[in-house]
Amino acid sequence: MKIVVCIKQVPESTEVRVDPETKALIREGVKGIVNPVDENAIEAGLQLREAHGGTVTVITMGPPQAEEALRHALAMGADEAILLTDPASRGSDTLATSYTLAQMVRKIGEVDLVLCGRQAVDGDTGQVGPELAERLGIPQVTFAIEIEVVDGKLRARRVLDDFFEVLEVRLPALVTVVKQINDPRYPSMRNVLKAKRAQIAKWTLADVEADPTQTGFDGSPTQVIEVWPPPRRGGGRMLEGSVEEIVEQIAGAIEDMNLGAG
Amino acid sequence: MPVTIIADNCTGCRLCLRACPYGAIDIVDAVARFNEKCTQCGACASACKFGAIVLEAAFRRDVDVSEYRGVWVVAEHLHGELRRGTFELLGEGRRLADKLGVELGAALLGDAIGGLTAPLIAHGADRAFIAQDPVLAHFRTGPHTDVLAGMINRYKPEIVLISATPQGRDLAPRVAARLSTGLTADCTGLDIDQAERLLVQTRPAFGGNLMATIVCRHARPQMATVRPGVMKPLAPDPSRTGEVVEIPVRLDEMSVVAKVVEVVQQGTDGRVNLQDAEVIVAGGRGLGKAENFSLIRELAEVLGAAVGASRAAVDAGWIPAYHQVGQTGRTVQPKLYIACGISGAVQHLAGMSSSDVIIAINKDPSAPIFGVATYGIVGDLFEIVPALTKRLKQARSHPAAPTL
Amino acid sequence: MDFTFSEDQTAILDAVREFCEGELAPRAKEVDEAACWPADNVRKLGELDLMGIPVPEEYGGMGMDFLTWAAVGEELSRACTTTGAVFGAHVLCVFPIMTFGTEEQKQKYLTPLARGEHIGAFGLTEPGAGSDAAAVSTRAQADGDDYILNGTKIFISNGGEAQTYVIIASTNPQRGVRGLSAFIVEKGTPGFEFGKDEKKMAFPSLPNRELIFTDCRVPKANLLGREGSGFLVAMRTLGVGRIGMATGAVGLARAALEAAVPYSRQRKQFGQPISSFQAIQFTLADMATQVEAARLLTWRAAWLKDQGRPFEKEAAMAKLFASEVAMRVTTKAVQVFGGYGYTREFPVERYMREAKLFEIVEGTSEVQRMVIANHVIRELGG
Repeated sequence: MKIVVCIKQVPESTEVRVDPETKALIREGVKGIVNPVDENAIEAGLQLREAHGGTVTVITMGPPQAEEALRHALAMGADEAILLTDPASRGSDTLATSYTLAQMVRKIGEVDLVLCGRQAVDGDTGQVGPELAERLGIPQVTFAIEIEVVDGKLRARRVLDDFFEVLEVRLPALVTVVKQINDPRYPSMRNVLKAKRAQIAKWTLADVEADPTQTGFDGSPTQVIEVWPPPRRGGGRMLEGSVEEIVEQIAGAIEDMNLGAG
Repeated sequence: MPVTIIADNCTGCRLCLRACPYGAIDIVDAVARFNEKCTQCGACASACKFGAIVLEAAFRRDVDVSEYRGVWVVAEHLHGELRRGTFELLGEGRRLADKLGVELGAALLGDAIGGLTAPLIAHGADRAFIAQDPVLAHFRTGPHTDVLAGMINRYKPEIVLISATPQGRDLAPRVAARLSTGLTADCTGLDIDQAERLLVQTRPAFGGNLMATIVCRHARPQMATVRPGVMKPLAPDPSRTGEVVEIPVRLDEMSVVAKVVEVVQQGTDGRVNLQDAEVIVAGGRGLGKAENFSLIRELAEVLGAAVGASRAAVDAGWIPAYHQVGQTGRTVQPKLYIACGISGAVQHLAGMSSSDVIIAINKDPSAPIFGVATYGIVGDLFEIVPALTKRLKQARSHPAAPTL
Repeated sequence: MDFTFSEDQTAILDAVREFCEGELAPRAKEVDEAACWPADNVRKLGELDLMGIPVPEEYGGMGMDFLTWAAVGEELSRACTTTGAVFGAHVLCVFPIMTFGTEEQKQKYLTPLARGEHIGAFGLTEPGAGSDAAAVSTRAQADGDDYILNGTKIFISNGGEAQTYVIIASTNPQRGVRGLSAFIVEKGTPGFEFGKDEKKMAFPSLPNRELIFTDCRVPKANLLGREGSGFLVAMRTLGVGRIGMATGAVGLARAALEAAVPYSRQRKQFGQPISSFQAIQFTLADMATQVEAARLLTWRAAWLKDQGRPFEKEAAMAKLFASEVAMRVTTKAVQVFGGYGYTREFPVERYMREAKLFEIVEGTSEVQRMVIANHVIRELGG
């Protein structure tokens, strides 16, 4: 099976700070990590490779330091890593990103399965996976908590609201996974050293024959016009006293709320 | 035309004809051809195995945005009923449509769901566009995308809102990519910029640590998924009138790539649905172990409340993920949220900070939850929660007490 | 002098640290209280290629230096002392086979040990032979194609769980120390049984078992080295073991220091964090200095070995110093925690109980002093 896993390098902490003057995110001193649920996607790919043979290629689109995220994926055991880094892809929204990733997947060629994490902890959109699937013209299965491949067909259990759904699609397909699907493995010593020495291919937009009108700012129908720290809901008051006194106060407050009155 | 047929590659196999929901393909001289019913939904392009149909999926800046008028809400139904998020979006959609001076439409896809058009109109829609077919009975990305894309192309709403439920978050990006348009995820605020006639979309990023304002200037429709539990529905007005527009579609099960093998209801604790609950009692790491959720359940029982949980409790396996409130769980907007042993990490607050009243019990005075709690108690939940349950039971059994 | 680790070593130690902090440390208390073999942790060590760090690659190991092995052991011990102890005891079997084994022995025994598929143990200590290692009385009688082993070993770490044992026995009691030989014995060999597992002051999850040999037939092919070279095998193995013990002690001491410092900042008495009081500050300063010194002494001993230079004295110094540092630092850590430090709720009381082991096992502090003195007098005697 030829498996491609799309990952994203995200800041280690979501405690983000905004420069009050420029409104830009303060990125200095922020360590980059593999988006946590993307590690689950890598693990899912590795497990499928163990079961069915084949290769796991990890790809990402980002600035040069995104290479570290790919090295971590290699250290987990991925076979190959490709970084698409190109200043012209800056400002890409999810549509432009999915276009670019689609070009990468097409260039890799003959891919059976694309795996993604459900959403990234910085963007939180969860859109790139399905948009990529549409661009590739392959079926998507989102929120997968279990994946198996039987006779060239992919079967996945999805977790939705208050029920599970088991969906079956033909390969090639794209699957987005949720955190509960597996426990990502720690890098073994061999893989750590292998990853350290590995050559990570670096592609530009030209290498994947990307149409510049479909990438970067130009290729992004949506545009962020402002970022700002959210209004914090303020606290109220602290209740003091003995357990009985506190309970009385709470009960009183609840009664005053007139719940159940519609 | 974004969808074109390359006649030289066509073998006349009819896969496209079967896949087309709109009956828009005829085979003439053994080659496929579009007729006037074509909505350029792209279903045929997916179905063709010979490369004879190409969907030009490119974002273009030269779209004539003035051709697009109207606000649409894509309705979602579950177990035969419209979901609360749909009503919330109709409420918000009504407000946006009035600002723009355009009509509010509701798109409804499914099978044997004609009875749901009335509530859509009662909750604010001017027109309900309904497409019915057995193939649409259970949501699947492919057929839903094909039909909805066609409907949007035909009626050209300038704004399309979809509730950010798992279904919505699966469908919306697929449709947005099909239409090569912009989509903003999980919006918590929407407004209209009258000068530019633009939808101004506000959404949280970085787990709720940052808010972003987003617009989609050149592509249409402007699509947004909206966080459930944030917008306000209108009170239903059965006397409202509106039009029901039947979209004739015919789908072919054989053309659908995804097969639903099984649907399994998750076992859930308690009877009350988290999303719709007026009162939620939630437990977190401070409970210490799974068995202690009984304290939460007992309090919830006496309040007629739903049971919620922080991610820590779910990750520890103390309660099913269905109950998780937070950034990657459920966003809730109850009147009363009682947080027991929950520290209040940003990702949890993202899911419940719109609650009207928050009561927090935690033994750590520096727990962030006290920053948002209406009433904060630094104390031992193992003493306070059972005592509160007991006190509320007394109130309930006392005839003079107000009903809860 | 370059005191930094190489890029490869850094990459490995970073990855090990992540594993330690993510996987081992959160469960260390549980592992200790479960009082049973930490099978999951041990399996993971194998999966991460940690069980054969110094073993040549052709036998399934990583072919790396002992300094890397030592630094890894220190991280493991810092996160979970029990896992670190298993790791340390395992090498006492790996090392002699790697150093003295024939090609056949290495193929058969070393590869599964290096891969973590088999666990190893080393059997020297007997009821009558502790510090006096030469007093080993387990007998190995030559008989045809075999040796017949009779005797008892006690306190054997990993005993019972290990598949492969390197056992020191006497093939010629008349020659005393020069009559000792080393053997590779497999678990399950008829006549090889396990006796009791000692209940100890600490480390309930580390087996320290009695090995009982009753007419146990071991093939001649399992003689490790030559007849009579058993004492050499033992001493060389203990040399490495000393470094291992030292790193275990350093890891433990670090854990105690790293627990005490944040506590001293949070704990307020007399209106201030106790870290603002000079008494506590001086204590922490002493703890940190001793840990640093023990660490560097240990690393140097490992480095000397890797350089092929004599390291016996330095290894003994490292073991002696680090174990005594661990005892002092863990005791001080309990003191910094005060009343809470005496309770089970915090790990420092366990650290203090664990520290004692390092002053005794694999050559007591007294033995280490004997070794050091011999070297020093010879070198500096004039």
